[in-house]
Amino acid sequence: MSSLRVGTPRWLLAACAAPAFAFFAAFWLLPVARLVALPGEKGWATYFVVLTDSRYLQSMLNTLLLSLAVTATTLVLGGAVGVYLARRRFVGRRVLLSMLTLPLSFPGVIVGFFVILLGGRQGVVPNLGAHFGLEGLTFAYGLLGLFLAYLYFSLPRAIATYTAAAEAMDMQLEEAARALGASRLRITKDVWLPQLAPTSVATGAIVFATAMGAFGTAFTLASKYEVVPITIYNEFTNYANFALAASLSIALGLVTWAVLFAARLAVGARPT
Amino acid sequence: MRSTAAAPAPLLFAVTLAVGVFMVAPILLSVMAGLVVNYSTGLKSGLTLRWLAQVWETYADTVGASLLIGAGSVAATLVLGVPCAYMLARSRSRAARAFEEVLTLPVAVPGLATALALILVYGQMASFRRSFAFILVGHVVFTLPFMVRTVSAAFQRDELVALEEAARTLGASFTQRFLGVLVPAVFPAIVAGCLMVFTLSIGEFNLTWMLHTPLTRTLPVGLADSYASMRLEVGSAYTLVFMAVILPVLWALQALATTMQKRYGT
Repeated sequence: MSSLRVGTPRWLLAACAAPAFAFFAAFWLLPVARLVALPGEKGWATYFVVLTDSRYLQSMLNTLLLSLAVTATTLVLGGAVGVYLARRRFVGRRVLLSMLTLPLSFPGVIVGFFVILLGGRQGVVPNLGAHFGLEGLTFAYGLLGLFLAYLYFSLPRAIATYTAAAEAMDMQLEEAARALGASRLRITKDVWLPQLAPTSVATGAIVFATAMGAFGTAFTLASKYEVVPITIYNEFTNYANFALAASLSIALGLVTWAVLFAARLAVGARPT
Repeated sequence: MRSTAAAPAPLLFAVTLAVGVFMVAPILLSVMAGLVVNYSTGLKSGLTLRWLAQVWETYADTVGASLLIGAGSVAATLVLGVPCAYMLARSRSRAARAFEEVLTLPVAVPGLATALALILVYGQMASFRRSFAFILVGHVVFTLPFMVRTVSAAFQRDELVALEEAARTLGASFTQRFLGVLVPAVFPAIVAGCLMVFTLSIGEFNLTWMLHTPLTRTLPVGLADSYASMRLEVGSAYTLVFMAVILPVLWALQALATTMQKRYGT
């Protein structure tokens, strides 16, 4: 926040924001308010269907576990790559970095397709496996395929932010630790991790929220491992059950928010 | 660079190598698959442009539609977002902070929910529902916070506040100040916001899949359709088309970032 003030009158400021506010109110606030109210019209029980129906509960747990696993893996791998790329200067580093962050602009459907190219029915891995007499290496349509696709989708963001954060790290601390004889593990734990903590929290939150709501990836893979966005889509298109789809959307939003909130509390409560 | 940077780190190197292969291999695989006669046989089957031609025949309209919706999103977020960013940068009221928070919600809330909500309220308006405007509205809701955040951060710089105050004491009207002083000063941020909005709009699928109709298809919608119903080679060729559309924008973004770094040194 700046310490200076400009004497722009309040009404003028309000007028500046009015078009954006009107648009946002008409096309997001109002529709979402309707969506939140919708399950109530079918009785209050509709709100709790994710808890009372074991199929939906299973789908929610699937989504939650998958998203947590993807977030943890992304942070570890993204952090390692980011630290490495920030420290090293080698030929082709810039090219590698731009190749690694290029998928940031790919929609989930493309990422799902990539996994099909790798591990689908005509995929490279099953093909190679068959060549060496190993059958049944098709992994694209199960949990592993979904996990790899989500990982592929979230790694570019993590690598980009970790590289930037690691480049800004204070080298003197690490040099001091090394001079004092700290092991590599100690340096990682006591020097790198605390300095990268803010990045980890911010990136982790984005990766987790994106994974919870990801639809295109799972849609392309037609995965046997059902996640909530697919459940919502099926309820809406196949059964035309608008109230139930709305209820599941709300549940998905609430669970995502609750996990992020808990993470923020846990980080805030830790002594620094 | 730095002396300590030379310390060997075999584990980090191995992880970087593995991640690099995992990230780059599918891209190369996909490019190859779109240009060979048969994916299973690979390069041995020979190169062809047949699949690209087939994609162009079936899906050319989706490329145009996506470019138009992308441009529309940029235009709409400029008109709505830039003045709004100014208000958020200058106002200290609680309402402004609350609005800033709420405005970013469509990024956090799953796209499916936003799409469902839009269909719930506006789905009955047949002519709106069946037009590209329906998809455009969804994209603008989703991309607006990116434009607002980027430009608002630029408006907050101290020297800009001083500059605006100087222009005001010299008798410049608000419109003159806004268009003659402020907008040129934050122009790089506005361009960055435009490129970001354009990229996001071109690649948007979660909302668009719900909002589209058989006659209003965008590039990612067409992609999903081809992955589900066409040969792997056609899907790959189509992916190649997507990359050809998105890559120039990304390069422009990177070039812009480099120019900014040189000029402002941050």
